[in-house]
Amino acid sequence: MPRMIAVAAAGVCRRYGRRWALTDVSFEVPEGALVMVTGRNGSGKSTLLRVLATAIRADRGTVRILGIDVHGARDSVRRKVALLGHRTHLYEPLTALENLVVRARFLGADSRRGPLLSRLEEVGLADRGDDPVQSFSAGMRQRLALASVLQQQARVVLLDEPYGHLDPPGFLLVDGLLQRLRREGATVLMATHLVTRGRNLCDRGLVLEAGRLAYAGTAAQMPQPAGADGAGFAEGA
Amino acid sequence: MEQDSRRAREPEGRLKDLLAALRKDLLLQWRGRAQVIAIFAFGAAALLLFSFAIGPDSAALREHAAGFLWLGLLLASTLALAESFEREMEEQALEGLLLLPASTRGLYYGKAIANWAHLALLGVALVPVMVVLYDAGTLRLISLVGVILLGTAGLSAPGTLYAAMTSQTRARQTLLPLLLFPLVVPVLLAAVKATSLLILGDPMGQLRPWTTLLAAFAVIHWSIGGLLFGRVVED
Repeated sequence: MPRMIAVAAAGVCRRYGRRWALTDVSFEVPEGALVMVTGRNGSGKSTLLRVLATAIRADRGTVRILGIDVHGARDSVRRKVALLGHRTHLYEPLTALENLVVRARFLGADSRRGPLLSRLEEVGLADRGDDPVQSFSAGMRQRLALASVLQQQARVVLLDEPYGHLDPPGFLLVDGLLQRLRREGATVLMATHLVTRGRNLCDRGLVLEAGRLAYAGTAAQMPQPAGADGAGFAEGA
Repeated sequence: MEQDSRRAREPEGRLKDLLAALRKDLLLQWRGRAQVIAIFAFGAAALLLFSFAIGPDSAALREHAAGFLWLGLLLASTLALAESFEREMEEQALEGLLLLPASTRGLYYGKAIANWAHLALLGVALVPVMVVLYDAGTLRLISLVGVILLGTAGLSAPGTLYAAMTSQTRARQTLLPLLLFPLVVPVLLAAVKATSLLILGDPMGQLRPWTTLLAAFAVIHWSIGGLLFGRVVED
């Protein structure tokens, strides 16, 4: 049986002021796929993920998530999508646990301490649950943001530079989370510069160049993004 | 089918989101209580400076006390309202809640109620300062608290909306008062008049019409705020 299309973008354009960040981007991702999105800085990776997550609107084109048009039913799409963005979506004065409690209450999920501590344990922060986020390093914030993304149990997960700020054990943590999401049947789109790592983990790849889609196909055959020499991209552990 | 059942759950979902937002905002205010004290100090300092402008004439001080109380409260409120969105914007936490998705009306009313509580508390805390500096006491304390509650309701609803709007701009510190002050002039006039009647006496029984007017402004502002907030915070 053919797999359902989880993400379908057709002719997507988005501009900031007079500059087009995305121009006529079209692709489809089957459900359960793990997709790497790569390209140079400013090529439109983050904008693409934010359009798919409904954080911003496309100026032209259509986006369907699990068959639902994002313009027609934004809230329905949001119930199925989780986004890890450049900004962590955390409240700095609150503790790690309180941040998860706040989100759990909105999600209607279990907001008791025990289950949330287990969630923190998954990202290696169980011993820092009662510390305010403002005392966290950038890597710890990234781990907590990953925990809050997992909390949503979304069918489509959008990760913008999930390895950002992480140490080598953090890299392995993200690798494990990606494999777990794949096992659970989630569709994952991950923007990253870690091309070699992405090729090993992902089954599909998208390459953006100056806002245009330069490649859509298997991750194994994906070309190196223009300007990248591989050696310049630290791959961590 | 799925959409129909979701629609049926909507009011319940909005109430759940409102309560979640209210608890979150009250917790954030508690964590930022040093800022709350600083805002009170700012309001008290404003009352002190206004009293210098009048001079030692105790009758004149008493006559202008209500106006200066509300001016001090209005100036301090811009700090409190702007602060309430500072935490939302630091790491785009508000966007994170919108993407869950949380109801925009639930988020708005949760924050507006938390801001209302903050401003009402500030108003009540400034009353003793006014009594000391302006010799402007009243025995009708419950009525005075009622007027403060109505007046701050009329400030917090549009204030929350405009604070959300300006929090995304660079010149937010300037823009918020520029947008908010003209809109709340009627609330301010009604609140000053009602407070004045409580301090100076109300031989003509004018308090009720002024408080009714305050309540009407509050209802209008709270209704419009809830309708417009989604458009302000969404792309």
